[in-house]
Formats: sequence, C-alpha cells, structure tokens
Amino acid sequence: MASKLMQRRRDRIDELAAGADEGVSLAKDAMRRMARNPVAITGASIIAVFAVLAVLSPVLAPKDPFIRYNELTDRLRPDAIPGPMPGFLLGSDQNGYDFFSRLLVGAQQTLIVGVMATLIGVSIGIVLGGLAGAIGGWVDTLLMRFTDIMLSFPSLLLAISIAALFARTSQWTVIIAVAMVAVPIFARLLRGSMLAQRHSDHVLAATALGVHRRTIVFRHMLPNALGPVIVQATLTLATAIIDAAALSFLGLGDPDPVRAEWGLMLANAQDYLEVKPELAFYPAIAIIVVALGFTLLGESLREALDPKTRR
Amino acid sequence: MLRFVARRLLQAIPTLIILSILIFAWLRSLPGGPAQALLGDKWTPEKEAQLNATLGFDQPIWLQYLKFLGRAITGDFGNSSVSGLPVLQEIGQGFAATIELSFFAIVIAIVLGIPLGYLAARFHGRLLDNLTVIGTLVGVAVPVFFLGALLKFVFADELGILPPSGRQDVTINATTVTGFATVDGLLTREFDATWDALLHLILPSIALASIPMAVIVRITRASVLDVLDEDFVRTAESKGLTTQVIRRRHVLRNALLPVSTTIGLQTGLLLAGAVLTEKVFNWGGLGSLLAEGIERKDYPRLQALILLAASVYVLVNLLVDVSYAIIDPRVRVS
Repeated sequence: MASKLMQRRRDRIDELAAGADEGVSLAKDAMRRMARNPVAITGASIIAVFAVLAVLSPVLAPKDPFIRYNELTDRLRPDAIPGPMPGFLLGSDQNGYDFFSRLLVGAQQTLIVGVMATLIGVSIGIVLGGLAGAIGGWVDTLLMRFTDIMLSFPSLLLAISIAALFARTSQWTVIIAVAMVAVPIFARLLRGSMLAQRHSDHVLAATALGVHRRTIVFRHMLPNALGPVIVQATLTLATAIIDAAALSFLGLGDPDPVRAEWGLMLANAQDYLEVKPELAFYPAIAIIVVALGFTLLGESLREALDPKTRR
Repeated sequence: MLRFVARRLLQAIPTLIILSILIFAWLRSLPGGPAQALLGDKWTPEKEAQLNATLGFDQPIWLQYLKFLGRAITGDFGNSSVSGLPVLQEIGQGFAATIELSFFAIVIAIVLGIPLGYLAARFHGRLLDNLTVIGTLVGVAVPVFFLGALLKFVFADELGILPPSGRQDVTINATTVTGFATVDGLLTREFDATWDALLHLILPSIALASIPMAVIVRITRASVLDVLDEDFVRTAESKGLTTQVIRRRHVLRNALLPVSTTIGLQTGLLLAGAVLTEKVFNWGGLGSLLAEGIERKDYPRLQALILLAASVYVLVNLLVDVSYAIIDPRVRVS
C-alpha cells in the first residue's frame, strides 16, 4: 500500500520534471529564431555558397587564373577584348587571363580580405573595449577619447589616410586600413555592453560569492557582452569588402594585376567599360550579392539576439 | 540654449587639437620622412638635408608641431607638390564644386528618401514595404564608384542623353561669380550655363545620393513604425481626429527627429563618397584633389584636406547636436 503511494509520487515528480520548462540558452534561442526566419536563411545560404566557392574555387577553376593564355592575348586589342570562346567560358579579361576562372578564384581572395580585415579589427577592438569595460577609470576615459577621435573621421577617409601611409601598396594595405576603421566601433560596442553587465544581478551575485575578478570578467561579463560584437562583425564583413573595392579604385590596393580579388577586378575594369562591360559587371554583382548576404545574416542575427529591435 | 552651444563648442576643441597632433604625426611617420616624400624622384641626400633645414624638420619635434599648428591656424598648409600652388588656394577652387555636388546629392536623398520611408512604414509588410527594404539593402551594398561608372556608361556613353564628365561644357563660356556653376548662370542671366551645369550634376549627384538615401529611407521607416505604436497616436485616434491630422501632426513630426540626426551625419559623410564620385566624373572638386593627391603622393595637400574633412565632420556633428537640442528640449539638460 505504502509502496504504491510512493510509486505514484515518484511518477508525479518525474512527470513534472519532464514537463518542466527547460532553460533555453540565448544562443540556442537565437538559433531557433534564425532557423524560422526566411531573411536569415537567405543570408546564410548566400554566405554558404560564397564560402564553399572560396574554398573549392582553385579546384573548380577550369583554367589557371594566373597564366596569360596565348589564345587570348593574341586577340587582345585596345578596343576589343575576346568574349566567350571554346575553353574560355567568359573569354578574356583586359590582360589576357581567363575571366571565368579569375571570377571563381576571386571568391577566395575576397573572402581573405574581408575576413582578415574583420578579424584584425575585432581582435584589437575587443582588447581595447574589454580593457575599458573591465578596468574603467582613467583607462576607460583615455581609450574612449581615442575611439571618439577615430570616429570623428568619415570611415572611408580614415581608411584612405591609413592606406596612404604605406610606401608600397599591397593587399595588406587594404586589409589593415579597413581593419583599423573597424577598431573603434568594436571597442565602443564591447565596452558599452560590458558596462551594462557590470551592475547586473549575475555579476553582483558572483562578486558577493567572492568570485575572482578575472573570472568574473572572462566567464561572466565577456561572454554575455559578445552578442552585439558578433552582429557587428557580420555587418563589418560586408562593408569591408565594399571599402576594399573603393580603396583599390583609388589606387591604394595591390598594384599587381595578377591578383584576382573582386574589388580589385572591379576597380581595374573601370577603364574597359565600353570595351567589355562584363569585366566590371560580374565582379560588382558578386560583391553586391555577398555584401547583401552578410548584411541579411547580420541584421537577422541582431533581431534574434535582441527581439526588441525586431522590425 | 546659448550655454549648450558654447559647451559643445568647447568640447570640440580638444578633439580638433588631438586630430591636428595625429595628422602632424601622420606626416612625420611617412615612409622615409616628409622630405623624401616631398622630393619624390628628385631625391638626393644633399637635397633632403637642405629641404629639412628650410622646412625646419631638423628642429625639436614639439617646436615643429607648434609651428605647424601656427601655420595651420593662419591657413598656411604649404604648397601642393603636384601643382605648386598653395594648398589653401587649391582647396578654395575645389570647394564650391564639392559643395554644389553634395548639396544636390543630399537634396535628392531627402526629397526621395523621406516620402519613400514614410510610405514603406504606412504599407508595413506589404509589397511596397518589402521592395523598399530590399532596395535600401542593395543601395548600401553597391560600391559608389561602380554605380557612378554604370550611370555614366548607360546615360552618357550608350544613350548619350547626359554629359559624361566635368561640371560644364567647355563650349559654354560662363562667367564665374561665386564658383557655384548653377548660381552663377542665374546671377549673370546666362541661363544656358545654369541648364548645362544642372545636366552635368544629374548623374554624379544620383551616384553620391545612393547611400544617404538608403540610410534615410531606413531610418524614416523604422522611426515612423515606432511612433505609430506610441500611446499618443492611439489617444489621437480615439479622440476621433482625422487620419490626415494624425499623420501630419502626430506621426510625421515626431518621426522626423531621428531622421534629422541621420541627415546631418550623412551630410558629414558626403566628402568620403565625393572622393569616389568625383574621380569617376572628373568633377574637379575636393574629392578629385584628394584622389589625385593620393595617386601622386601629394602630402601637404592630403594633410590639409584630411584636417579639413575631419573639422567639417566635427562641425556637422555639433550642428546636429544643436538642432536636436532645439527640437527636443530634454537634450539640453542632460
């Protein structure tokens, strides 16, 4: 008799436990929202295709993108660039390279520029913003005055000024210039969201329990403050690729005509618009689509992480 | 109000001073030093030593900075190494061209952007709204120089209905009064000159307007949507006010607050876009000067232009803050 009652109580507890509202982490919840959002799916699909292309393009490219082909250079005239012909899907570019192969490989080079610039910008920004947010006081004041001044330049002009510092321009000129422009944005963002954490209940609880300050910063404040930074990084990937193209257009990019990066290809094709507009159109469309992909992904990530901003 | 303006002006001064230090340091840290950069191909060790002495680069660094600052305040930024003219004179010549272009660009962005953003919000979730949102996303993603080149290719080269470059046709012998080609034509009654200048303005100002317009549309739309949710709109509706009155007096007026800030900030950013647009259309303004300065490594010119651009940006930010304080009295006290 008693055991039956015990059994029932145990079952009831199990039932309650099973039906209980399982705590859902913010990341999991965000992923769930993203998976239901068509905008996020579109953005993620574009990025996925772009990433796969970037990795596989050297294998997929039908011709060597870095070799001038005699079949193409022979027909190259100042007023005529060969169009599609057997073996060369989109014909030649202005220098006698296989245009199609270069477009494919361009995905890789463009991704490298975008990702490197963003990574460098995020890393420095996180260190500066983290220091300001964790230490506060004069460190905070100093660092934030510094970011204020960097932000008092229009970003493209700042990138131009930085790029103009280099004696010889290269791919790294562009990457570093674009990265530096992003630093103050990330620093301010991380500092802001860390300051907001500082007075929150879970940090207060950890402090009251006597948790070491370093542990609080790295285990409690930093992970919770990273959301906006990740969103901004996704959006920065888009602007980095567009700004890199602008710098190349101004002659601050890699002077080597062999390099196949979409921004550089677009910039170098400006003089050939009347001869063969595709040379500019295809890289431009590629840049626009990829930038759009990162923007869509970033915006929907922002929405998913912070439902208040939904719209 | 006056105290607020004075406070913000004082706050801008340290920013500008630190900016000048940075720009000074920038010139000093050029590869090979400023003398080598100035001499370029004509460089020899003797010439460098001589130039260092004449330009004072052999003096202590703090003294050099103070001298640089003193000269900068009086408007002396040295001579351009491309044209040999004083940098300030060059800037003066290019200024009107850039202001004219920027003015038309921001007017296009406002006149088209605000109504479009408002309509998108009114038809929230419908086809027009979705198309507008997609349009703004694409508008920001298109590289400005490519849009410029595309417009030029289609409307000037292929269709031949608009001029491809420059501010005015060379055959039009217009009298210069203010430097603003459109205004000069009106002042001197050379209406064909004004008409021609307007035709030349169309393509570059559309290209330059693309990004500010996309941003203005987005902010207007988001802001109108926010205001539509407000209690006072519901109150106005329940009071029985007509939709027209609510829209004009309650919604639009409140929604325009953040839009005015955005317009200010985007105006400050126009010079960056002008660098690209002016290069495409061979416009001959500040942007062209900057683009040419980069190509030819004309450091005195770059230094002055960058300081000018940053100062304008700081000033525009200040004006935005002040205008915000006028519109919203709460800002003044915080």
